[in-house]
Amino acid sequence: MDIRRREPEEFRPRHRYFISAVLVVFIIFFGRLLYLQVIKGHELRFLSENNRIRLIKNTATRGMIMDRKGRVLVDSRPAFNCMVMPEDVGDLKVLTGKLSHFLHLSPDEIASMIEQRDSPPFQPVLIKRDISWEELSSLKTHRLDLPGVEIQIEPVRTYPYGSVAAHVLGYGGEINKEELQEKKGYQMGDWVGKYGVELTWEKDLRGIDGGRQVEIDAVGKEIRVLKEVQPVSGRNLYLTIDLDLQRLAEELLGKRSGAIIAMDPLTGEILAFCSAPSFQPALFAEGVSAQEWEKLVSDPLHPLQNRGIQGMYPPGSVFKIVTSAAGLEEGVINLDTTFTCTGIYYLGPRGYQCWRTGGHGVMKFYRGVVESCDIYFYNVGARLGVETLGRYAEDCGLGRPTGIDLPGEKAGLVPTEAWKRDRRGGRWYAGETLSMAIGQSYLLVTPIQLLNLMSAVANGGALLKPQIAKRVEDLDNKVVEDYPTEEIGRLPISSKTLEELRAALVGVTKEDAGTGRGARLEGMEIAGKTGTAQVVRLKGGERQRAQDMAYELRDHAWFVAYIAAHTPLAVVVLVEHGGHGGAAAVPLAREMIKKYLSLRRGEE
Amino acid sequence: MIDRRLWGQLDDRLVILTAALMVIGIANLFSATITMPGEGISFYLRQLLWFGIGVLLGLLVFVIDYRYYEEFAYPFYLVVLVTVLCVLIYGLIVGGGQRWIKAGFFYFQPSELMKIALILALARYFARHERKEGYRLRDLFIPAIITMVPTLLIVKQPDLGTAMVMVFIFFSIVLFVRIRFRSFLILCTAIFLATPIFWFTLKGYQRTRILSLFHPSMDPLGTGYHIIQSKIAIGSGGIWGKGFLQGTQCKLHFLPEHHTDFIFAVLGEEWGFIGCGVVLALYAALILWGLTRGVMTRDRYGSVIALGVTAMIFWHVVINVGMVLGMMPVVGLPLPLLSYGGSSVVVTLIGIGLLLNVRARRHVF
Repeated sequence: MDIRRREPEEFRPRHRYFISAVLVVFIIFFGRLLYLQVIKGHELRFLSENNRIRLIKNTATRGMIMDRKGRVLVDSRPAFNCMVMPEDVGDLKVLTGKLSHFLHLSPDEIASMIEQRDSPPFQPVLIKRDISWEELSSLKTHRLDLPGVEIQIEPVRTYPYGSVAAHVLGYGGEINKEELQEKKGYQMGDWVGKYGVELTWEKDLRGIDGGRQVEIDAVGKEIRVLKEVQPVSGRNLYLTIDLDLQRLAEELLGKRSGAIIAMDPLTGEILAFCSAPSFQPALFAEGVSAQEWEKLVSDPLHPLQNRGIQGMYPPGSVFKIVTSAAGLEEGVINLDTTFTCTGIYYLGPRGYQCWRTGGHGVMKFYRGVVESCDIYFYNVGARLGVETLGRYAEDCGLGRPTGIDLPGEKAGLVPTEAWKRDRRGGRWYAGETLSMAIGQSYLLVTPIQLLNLMSAVANGGALLKPQIAKRVEDLDNKVVEDYPTEEIGRLPISSKTLEELRAALVGVTKEDAGTGRGARLEGMEIAGKTGTAQVVRLKGGERQRAQDMAYELRDHAWFVAYIAAHTPLAVVVLVEHGGHGGAAAVPLAREMIKKYLSLRRGEE
Repeated sequence: MIDRRLWGQLDDRLVILTAALMVIGIANLFSATITMPGEGISFYLRQLLWFGIGVLLGLLVFVIDYRYYEEFAYPFYLVVLVTVLCVLIYGLIVGGGQRWIKAGFFYFQPSELMKIALILALARYFARHERKEGYRLRDLFIPAIITMVPTLLIVKQPDLGTAMVMVFIFFSIVLFVRIRFRSFLILCTAIFLATPIFWFTLKGYQRTRILSLFHPSMDPLGTGYHIIQSKIAIGSGGIWGKGFLQGTQCKLHFLPEHHTDFIFAVLGEEWGFIGCGVVLALYAALILWGLTRGVMTRDRYGSVIALGVTAMIFWHVVINVGMVLGMMPVVGLPLPLLSYGGSSVVVTLIGIGLLLNVRARRHVF
């Protein structure tokens, strides 16, 4: 009927080839089975008993972390761990007795560790991490009496400068179940970066683990190495941090809580990043114990919180930079606009106070900024309205993360009418706009956001991504990756407005009545702005002096500043509960600038 | 078409061969997974359920005259292709390799079904386009496209094993329907020359990725170690094996995939040379059945289908057993009817249904 119908003979000649090919393949398989199971069967059976071929991981040494000048902040050293392979232990009682003597642990402790293992069979159980040289040598000398005991060498992080830059460096630890599912190429027991740059640059720092396939004898001793693949060390990370400046920042904060961050406004490079109180990263390297961890997380001062990027505070008067910019740019004020400060501003029946009880008198824009008059900015805010003010705040980089390469950065909050309606279920009051104009109300910012804003003012208007890493180098010191300046936005103001604003900010330190006069340095123009973030809302009463208040109720002190001459440095200082802005924060910023200048001079 | 006489045409040899492999498969899987915590239902019971589904689908495929399939070969091919594509895109969105469709609490791999769709589509092409003097290269352009499109998608998933089997099925069919000798030589030379060129266009990381797939020693902690443990397991079985449920090597987590890709190692350890020999002989008999009784039909379409299904089973067995015996690179592929896994079981039994179908209707013409 149609041409498709063929005699089966059509395919016959090729059948033979196909059938022969199949037969050949199966004969080869039979031959291989014969070889493995009959000829080598005895040998392989021997290997299978007690699993004589084992795989031992050679952990790669993690890359080092350096400051911008190549000083080592994080290194690795070998640690010796005492392990026990339960399958190789003859008499558990005898072994625990001997081990307890060498390791200074009780025999019951050791026995329960071995008996309550949760690892699969033929995986050694960790008995004691990072044993001392004495313990190691006594184990080595008596190794023949200790069947099943193994020494595992594992690189462990060390910190030559202790807790310096702990919040930047971060820490790591044994991988947990969730991380194991998220990340590819990890196994149980691997060490993984969990915080700070250890987490962000995990891929570069980690390196590639090697391994050995070894044959062992009945007591677990290695007889020979069958195959070995050397580990490849991780890459080295150079931070933008300058160790000298970093240490000064930490000294300056001392026992106080807060943050100091310094940045190069032209590149966005972070030169110092300090969040206090801090912690000892070495604690995590050696395996943090349950009690130590409990102590860290239950500490009321939250030492694990990175205040530089996670601490959210009202910006206080520092926000007047945004209010000024918006006011000048929108044309609701100019340099000559005058307002009179009597110490109080009435909106209907309610009075809004200036921080100076007696009032500032009649003033123009320049004095309003220099003396940080609240009344002046209530007026500006009232003319702008919440939506315009909020838009400028967002364009100045507030209310969203800066994108710094550190985990857990918070966005802060720029309130709007819609936000209040949705989240707080209420109408926006005109009085709240006034509070917002001086940086209170619902506004929340992180120190890094204010620093970024100040840097943009310093460099001519470019909001840059704050860079924490300078470059990644491989083992041959070849640069694998570097981090060029990255613009993430521009201040929404003209260069004329910017100049007017900068002149006023210089006045803050230059004028004798300026709130930042304490930052004045001989022969150096410094621009700055102080701020006082109220912790508790004032109930119309008198402002209290800091000393008279309980610590937790005292205001946070802010100061942001930059060197006006060549704009090579911007710095933010936040002192939690430090009281009024000028007093607590300004001198710290001055010290930072002084140190930076002397370091620069030293280099030249 | 569906009448009493059809059941009389059911080839009992093939049925017995298949049933024997299924029985061995379940027993072996029971032993392999006895220490593994199943998610609710134990592995062998779930496998039994899949066998049930597979047998039903296989019978359905058998009952309907395969010549009806010819009409629907291309639409079916397209539907499965789109499914594979959807799974791939979904995987790209969700992130990570994605080859599963979740239906209820079962997972299904459409790339497995793609093999059947490919065989049906290629069979239709070669049945409708006959070249008595043998196919020239330009005649093979369309079937090559039919093969390469899903293959590339499956490589992307990434499921290198299945993609390899697809290409091998294509070449097996091409050789079977007769390619001109000259064309064959040109094709071989072209592939031989193209490989290094393709290789050098790849970026460094792409190369290492491919190399590590083929070269277990580059990954000493993973596959290289598995191969050694697999060889020890098989060898330790000796001639007679350690006995049912007596194996230790495989159950002690040395082979994480011991119930799927390395199932043959479990068999080797517990049943020894004798057990492995019997299973290999069963596979050989099944494949030879396909090459003799299967393809011996007057209908070209049926013949190519039978050859395609036989090739599919053959390549699965060769790649899997070759890997477990440490003779071939590590490519994750199930061993038909022995490995745990619903998609593989169902697709294999559908394939068997097609073989029986073609065989039963050989006299119709």
